[in-house]
Amino acid sequence: MQSSEMLGKTPEVQLPAPVIGPGYTYGSVTDKISSLVLSRRTPLAWFVAFALASLGTAMLFGTIAYLLYGGIGIWGNNVPVGWGFDIVNFVWWVGIGHAGTLISAILLLFRQQWRTSINRFAEAMTLFAIANAGLYPLLHTGRPWFDYWLMPYPNTFGLWPNFRSPLVWDVFAISTYATVSFLFWYTGLIPDLATLRDRAKNPLLRILYGIFALGWRNSAAHWNRYHAAYLMLAALSTPLVVSVHSVVSLDFAAGIVPGWHATMFPPYFVAGAIFSGFAMVLTLSIPLRKAYGLEDFITMRHINNMAKIMLVTGLIVFYGYMMELFMGWYSGSQYEEYLILNRMTGPYAPLYWALILCNGLIPQLLWFRGVRNNLLVLFIISLIVNVGMWLERFVIIVTSLHRDFLPSAWGMYYPTIFDWTMFIGTIGFFLTLLLLFIRVLPVISIFEMRELVPESENA
Amino acid sequence: MEKEALDLSAIRARLAQAKGRRYWRSLEEIAETPAFKEFLYREFPQGAAEWTDQLSRRSFLKVMGASLALAGLTSCSGQLAEKILPYVRQPEELIPGKPLFYASAMTLGGYATGVLVESHEGRPTKIEGNPDHPASLGSSDPFMQASILELYDPDRSQVVTRFGTRISTWDAFIQSLQTELDSLQANQGAGLRILTGLVTSPTLTSQLDAILAEFPQAKWHQYEPAGSDNARAGARLAFGRDVETIYNLAKADVVLSLDANFLGEGPAHIRYARDFSDKRRVWTGQTTQNRLYVVESTPSITGAKADHRLPLRASQMELFARAVAEAVGVKVGGAELAEHADWIAAVAGELQSHRGTGLVIAGNQQPPIVHALAHALNEALGNVGQTVLYTDPVAANPVDEMASLRELAEDMAADRVQLLIILDRNPVYEAPADLQFAELMFKVKTRIHLGLYEDETAELCQWHIPGLHYLEMWGDARAYDGTVSIIQPLIAPLYDGKSAYELLAAVLGQTGVSNLDLVRGYWQGQSSGGDFEARWRTALHNGIMADTTLPATSVSVQADFGSAPQAVGPQSLEIVFRPDPSVWDGCFANNGWLQELPKPMTKITWDNVALVSPATAERLGLSNEQVVELRYRERSVRAPVWITPGHADNSVTVHLGFGRSRAGSVGNGVGFNAYTLRTSEAPWFDTGLEISPTSEQYSLVTTQQHFNMEGRELVRTATLADYQARPDFAQEHSAGEGKHISLYPEYEYDGNAWGMTIDLTTCIGCNACTIACQAENNIPVVGKDQVLRGREMHWIRVDTYFEGELDNPAAHFQPVPCMHCEKAPCELVCPVVATVHDAEGLNNMVYNRCVGTRYCSNNCPYKVRRFNFLQYSNEDVPVLKLLMNPDVTVRQRGVMEKCTYCVQRINAARIEAKKENRAIRDGEIVTACQQACPTQAIIFGNINDKGSQVAQSKATPLNYGLLVELNTEPRTTYLAEVKNPNAELGGKIS
Repeated sequence: MQSSEMLGKTPEVQLPAPVIGPGYTYGSVTDKISSLVLSRRTPLAWFVAFALASLGTAMLFGTIAYLLYGGIGIWGNNVPVGWGFDIVNFVWWVGIGHAGTLISAILLLFRQQWRTSINRFAEAMTLFAIANAGLYPLLHTGRPWFDYWLMPYPNTFGLWPNFRSPLVWDVFAISTYATVSFLFWYTGLIPDLATLRDRAKNPLLRILYGIFALGWRNSAAHWNRYHAAYLMLAALSTPLVVSVHSVVSLDFAAGIVPGWHATMFPPYFVAGAIFSGFAMVLTLSIPLRKAYGLEDFITMRHINNMAKIMLVTGLIVFYGYMMELFMGWYSGSQYEEYLILNRMTGPYAPLYWALILCNGLIPQLLWFRGVRNNLLVLFIISLIVNVGMWLERFVIIVTSLHRDFLPSAWGMYYPTIFDWTMFIGTIGFFLTLLLLFIRVLPVISIFEMRELVPESENA
Repeated sequence: MEKEALDLSAIRARLAQAKGRRYWRSLEEIAETPAFKEFLYREFPQGAAEWTDQLSRRSFLKVMGASLALAGLTSCSGQLAEKILPYVRQPEELIPGKPLFYASAMTLGGYATGVLVESHEGRPTKIEGNPDHPASLGSSDPFMQASILELYDPDRSQVVTRFGTRISTWDAFIQSLQTELDSLQANQGAGLRILTGLVTSPTLTSQLDAILAEFPQAKWHQYEPAGSDNARAGARLAFGRDVETIYNLAKADVVLSLDANFLGEGPAHIRYARDFSDKRRVWTGQTTQNRLYVVESTPSITGAKADHRLPLRASQMELFARAVAEAVGVKVGGAELAEHADWIAAVAGELQSHRGTGLVIAGNQQPPIVHALAHALNEALGNVGQTVLYTDPVAANPVDEMASLRELAEDMAADRVQLLIILDRNPVYEAPADLQFAELMFKVKTRIHLGLYEDETAELCQWHIPGLHYLEMWGDARAYDGTVSIIQPLIAPLYDGKSAYELLAAVLGQTGVSNLDLVRGYWQGQSSGGDFEARWRTALHNGIMADTTLPATSVSVQADFGSAPQAVGPQSLEIVFRPDPSVWDGCFANNGWLQELPKPMTKITWDNVALVSPATAERLGLSNEQVVELRYRERSVRAPVWITPGHADNSVTVHLGFGRSRAGSVGNGVGFNAYTLRTSEAPWFDTGLEISPTSEQYSLVTTQQHFNMEGRELVRTATLADYQARPDFAQEHSAGEGKHISLYPEYEYDGNAWGMTIDLTTCIGCNACTIACQAENNIPVVGKDQVLRGREMHWIRVDTYFEGELDNPAAHFQPVPCMHCEKAPCELVCPVVATVHDAEGLNNMVYNRCVGTRYCSNNCPYKVRRFNFLQYSNEDVPVLKLLMNPDVTVRQRGVMEKCTYCVQRINAARIEAKKENRAIRDGEIVTACQQACPTQAIIFGNINDKGSQVAQSKATPLNYGLLVELNTEPRTTYLAEVKNPNAELGGKIS
């Protein structure tokens, strides 16, 4: 909690590090944040990044076109490994999409003011991650044009979907989460959109921001309703943070495959999701604050806190790994025992050990304050955690499926070039959306930062 | 363009008469032969003009014009007309939607096996065994099942061609043939050679005899690449005459196989498998089992079923046979095999104590002496007349085929062959390499090939006549015991094909006689009065001709044959050639079903390999998929290595039938060609092989990568003694069995409840079920790259597990179809209810509803669900549409599929039962796998009917379910495997 040396304070004061840099007024906060969108020259780096990201997006949509034309056989999925990169990446993206709502909703309810400067952008990240995550289950089916059969709707078949199937639960969980996340994010944006409307000089922009600001006039009545609505949405979102990944984990836990069939999965997946979500927020915010000079808004206190959450959730996840091993032994089931052995010594063992290294061991460095305050090291750790969480999903899905009950049916899974182009494509798409967001919307909540201005005076 | 002899004096005269300067291009021009005039007139040589791929503008317009002019006449063509009108006059017995079954016969290696062909509105779709036929008894094998695909193979040759590419006609061919024959007539047909496979057909034989009578100097050669020369020579060696050896396994209690894969190969293997398994089945209450000893070099399914199996180099088999003979007291010049003394003593002891119920079988690839020794043993042991019968040869004209082919080759080399007619054989590909048949072909003036494909031989022939598939033609053939079957067509020839009968008739000048008249005419001629028409119809209906089985003859073994043991050569590496279990001698190379069929002992598909034992691989430093160069007698071939447990040490097996260059789009370039190493002196095995490893790797695909049960109770086995001591041995496993706990209410079955048992004691792993299922259920072929990705589509697979020592493990087979679980894990997880439980306990797959999440497959512990990752069903080739079973949906890309217990057959039986207002009888529904199974290891029926076979088998203590500890409550269960090892040899399965 302390970073007093850095701020040059005497140790005995023991104040928490500020959530906003010193010397800001309402005006300067607004100026600074809105200028990113309205007046500041778009840096060359943005164009370069956008070009690269768009390349990825093009690759994604190219792959999707070929996928629809050829069938999912262009990927490496097979029998026994019916789910490969498609579901690995789905779960990975859903996990990344966790931090946003957690930061916005839960931390709002707990009155954690430090959330303010990172929530907007974490929410955006959530939305974009969910968009990517949603692509996979939609496209991974053999006949994507019939995906709507998973929705309960009145139809001439006279058929409901199978409510016993976790995949149907998934449909509800993901679509609810995506909807609420979007509403929450958009609701949060409304006052800022009005600010941009008022400050924009370009008439077209004024109109556009005006449309999306939904007639916000900054009246007390508006603010009153606004706060009520925002709080209610936060309360609605809070259970979703837990439910989404719990339901996703049930896709596995409800199956009978050794390595999937575990009661521990829901909490273990939720912790993993928050872990990866915060890792992604760090991965994005460290370069962002540097590039746009937002060090005063996204302060070391934010960074430090996020690192701590990563440490805690990382420990929960690591505990999950250990429990998996324990249960493999304790179950007394030869299939579970073999699964554990196969993970540690089988053909995919290097990935398992890489996972333990990435998610179990390296995050332990976050115990050290020096590490938490070293942006470069933190950035690298956050990347490693992202990789680790991807490996976790791969290990859970592929190594469990590839050797289950009958040795005669065992097989191997190798991704194809199209698995990779799709995966890299989604990263490109994600960055594209994020870059557009940075360019056209206030990346930090202006009005909420203004509420922090008194703290700036203290600082 | 037929060439006419040039009259040189006339040419001279013509040149002398010419006024002014005259340039001439060729002697033909001056002679003004009609052919040359035609050449000048036509833009392209005859036959090449219209139909080549690159049409000239002019010929295109000509064809277009003709097509337009003749468009109104299309209904006269032989094409299948698409009629959507109902029949005005209903053909007798034909009810649309109801298949009819016709008896016919399929030949392989010349021998017939009776078939029943399912025909849907005049289109054959499925082959079953003919229950009345002695070689089938209603069962089938993979070749028989897959032969339907051969009929509809789009790569079959479709028109008469000259010089490979020029399209011609049968009439043009007849003309040309007549010219050739006329010129041969002068010297009594010297120079005319006919090459066939082994001929058992009485009609064909009579035609050949007639040709030989008309052309006394002509010669008829027979060659089968996987034939039984050795057996014939062995009989001659032992008895001084040719006989056919027939085994009666129904009476055999102790069987010794000397490198004989009698359960998997040979004209009677289906019958032998049935008789063998009848003596082995224990769930019916039978308390005894036969005992099988197998000595073999290459692991085979027969070896896998053995109670005792000894891997032995093929070249040592003679020593082994002599040692057994010695121990039994047959004086033939004994030998010793010290390292296997206890084995030999045990076998000899058993054979002696089972006089008249023992049996010694020698394998076709073993030299004559081993066959003779087997005959001597059987005679000495009193088995003749009991377990062994001898008849006159089934082949019409048994010859030493290798000698016959060599004679042909020598004659060709010496320019003594002018006209070579090759019927349904492919010597350019399959003749031994030392004969250099391909080069010799060019020394023959006129070469004619008749066959289903434009193969390697057709390529080197001037004339290729498309052959007829057995489902398109009339014919006849004999089974292993001499029984004659009439081959009757199920469909009019799809293309302009001709049968061998028609070709030979043309040689005899009988051009106008139809295929039917040829065959029927022959039999009418043979008829000794009485009502021929009735006999003929009965023969057609039953699929066998009454009273044609050859009677047993009595022969006795001559004294002192081969009394001196052959000196065993240096212990150098041995090469063994075997016909492939999937594509046989190469004739099925273009059959995708068979190419994709996993070979029983290795599960390799789409390739052949060099099989070596683990010890040999270790000694030579070889690893799986490593490419090696096999060098033998100055010839070499590159082959990938596959290490197979149980192979004889210091020996390498290569399978024939691969590496074809003109098999068709499926079979071209698959595997390596082992014929390039094969010589006429040692067609089956020889020492002197050299192996040099290369650094190259070759990717082989198997459908099973783990042959170890990992300590799981998947195949449960016991010895007969154990079983009798502890009848419940199969129940002594699996914690949690029998405790059915479920959140969901139990299903209630008031009516039928379908179930299946699979008897592992009698399953011989022959794969007939897999292909039968593929044929019945329209299962697509996916190709090597997709199998490599793990996407093969077989609904029933045969798992093979090895157990015990690496050098000679016991092998177990376990067919795995869908288990139709009572509490099916797949049903629970499907989000769109595409896989559902029905009122009779079937786990149904609703293709139309499936969106393809593959969750069901992930959750299936048996991994029997198959997914259409790509568009596997061929929707583009029209002729393949004829193949499809109209009662089974053809699945689209993106849809899951799996075994349905042949629900279409269940429903057909249900309709019949309802019409007669009765319950479905036990045995009325026969699933495709069950019907094909030669050993009746698969039992299907209503488990609610306590009297049904399936309910009774499930009530035995041998019955167990696979992975029941998962609470899946499978409807398909297994009957544990019981083997009968000899207590003297430790009483353990080895």
